[in-house]
Amino acid sequence: MLTITNLEKRYKAGDRALKGVSMTLAPGDIVGLIGPSGAGKSTLIRCVNRLVDPTAGSIRLGNIDLTTLDGPALRKARRRIGMIFQEYALVERLTVMENVLSGRLGYVGFWQSWFRRFPEADVQRAFSLLERVGLIDHVDKRADALSGGQRQRVGIARALAQDPELLLIDEPTASLDPKTSRQVMRLILELCTERKLAAIVNIHDVALAQMFLPRIVGLRAGEIVYDGPASGLNAEVLTRIYGEEDWTKTSNSQSDELDDDPPASLVLPESRAVAAAR
Amino acid sequence: MAILINPDGARHWRLLTPGQQRWRWMAWLALVALTVFCWRIMTADTIWAFVSDAPRQAQDIFGRMLPPRWVYINQLWKAIWDTINIATLGTLIAIVLATPLAFLAARNTTPSALFIRPVALFIIVASRSINALIWGLLLVAVLGPGVLAGIIAIALRSIGFIGKLLYEAIEEIDETQVEAIRATGAGQAQVMSYGIWPQILPAFATISVFRWDINIRESTVLGLVGAGGLGLALEGSLNTLAWPQVSLILLIILVTVVISEWITAKVRKIII
Repeated sequence: MLTITNLEKRYKAGDRALKGVSMTLAPGDIVGLIGPSGAGKSTLIRCVNRLVDPTAGSIRLGNIDLTTLDGPALRKARRRIGMIFQEYALVERLTVMENVLSGRLGYVGFWQSWFRRFPEADVQRAFSLLERVGLIDHVDKRADALSGGQRQRVGIARALAQDPELLLIDEPTASLDPKTSRQVMRLILELCTERKLAAIVNIHDVALAQMFLPRIVGLRAGEIVYDGPASGLNAEVLTRIYGEEDWTKTSNSQSDELDDDPPASLVLPESRAVAAAR
Repeated sequence: MAILINPDGARHWRLLTPGQQRWRWMAWLALVALTVFCWRIMTADTIWAFVSDAPRQAQDIFGRMLPPRWVYINQLWKAIWDTINIATLGTLIAIVLATPLAFLAARNTTPSALFIRPVALFIIVASRSINALIWGLLLVAVLGPGVLAGIIAIALRSIGFIGKLLYEAIEEIDETQVEAIRATGAGQAQVMSYGIWPQILPAFATISVFRWDINIRESTVLGLVGAGGLGLALEGSLNTLAWPQVSLILLIILVTVVISEWITAKVRKIII
């Protein structure tokens, strides 16, 4: 469904952020993209919806090559790709509803959107999305009046309002506390499964990635150094991605050895309660 | 920065090295010398007998001004109305022209940084470099005396002011919000109206009412060059040495400015 082939990005300053990255997503595939800061994770997903223009290579969504698009064709393609941001990137001074409806901007004309005269179907859709992410009581609040977790839910609803086939998710939990992070990740995963969306999730927290994401791609200095199941992330692979460090407390290999008593940090809150009871 | 090491090996820190310290002293000394020098030039032509007389003269004029000639206000209503209209219409015209100009001048929204941006910046600078009074003088010569010249003078001066502050506000916006709107597939105009406009709205409101507030004051003097409003009445009264009328006009200007100040504060509070 999404095929990235030999993607290159060279910034004006001359640094190569991506050095021939290739990966494929089947419909419904959810991929966690991990790697050190500056490895090119953000650049990679921003190339997909062309917030960043790649230097070479191709990105095919279905049978369209995204790298060559321009003008209205690019807008049409962007509608199919929802994006969720690290710092939420909500329009702070607009209401929750307006923020969610802004996900429909690719479908309506300028004056329609300027006077907020969105089609009734769009508004109903926004209501049901807000219901789904649990913000139905905050519809008319301004976005800057919400807490971090609530804002990220608005961000999720906005992305889904586009009715996308693919979600690009950039560090969704980097600004959230551990509990909210888990709730937000779980919500994203549920929504992707419900709607059979493919997703690329940039994520810093390896434990969180292992907990929620079936497939992990490791990026280091603009190159893919690992592409496989989350269970394959052992100390050796993490060293390959991040460099030398004591990974025994983080990697799965530890919990494999201690099968019947996994470390609390690696299990879902539900099972943690069980573990505590034991 | 200076880290000094004493003979006993202890480290000390001071902001300036002794050399820098000396330089700073010299600079201050030069500044004081310059001030004394300038003062001598300024006062060379002063006739000190007049200056020593000043308190008495001021007292004399003040005495003639009081009490203000209250009944004169009945002839001033029209002029007050004109002044407010000059300020308000001038500001409105300036807002309409300056807003697109600001978008053309801001580095992150200009369609062409090479051609259009310098032109927009030039218009902004040119407008600001000429005082409203001088615009008024020119326009009275072109359009003839009257309110219209005043309105256009105010507008021309305000374009630069509003344009400059607004384009600075546009350049300071949070780009991730713009990015998020662009990622939804929004068109260029939609990106502006959703990603940029809400972010600059508070600045836009503050700048506009602030300029209106300034323009109320400026339009009171525009009449001095024949561009209508209170200034016209002020000039007439000054020329006929009608001091009680002058004091009434000054009082009215003060009241108008206080009221406009109050309105400005209210508007700012509502919008932010």
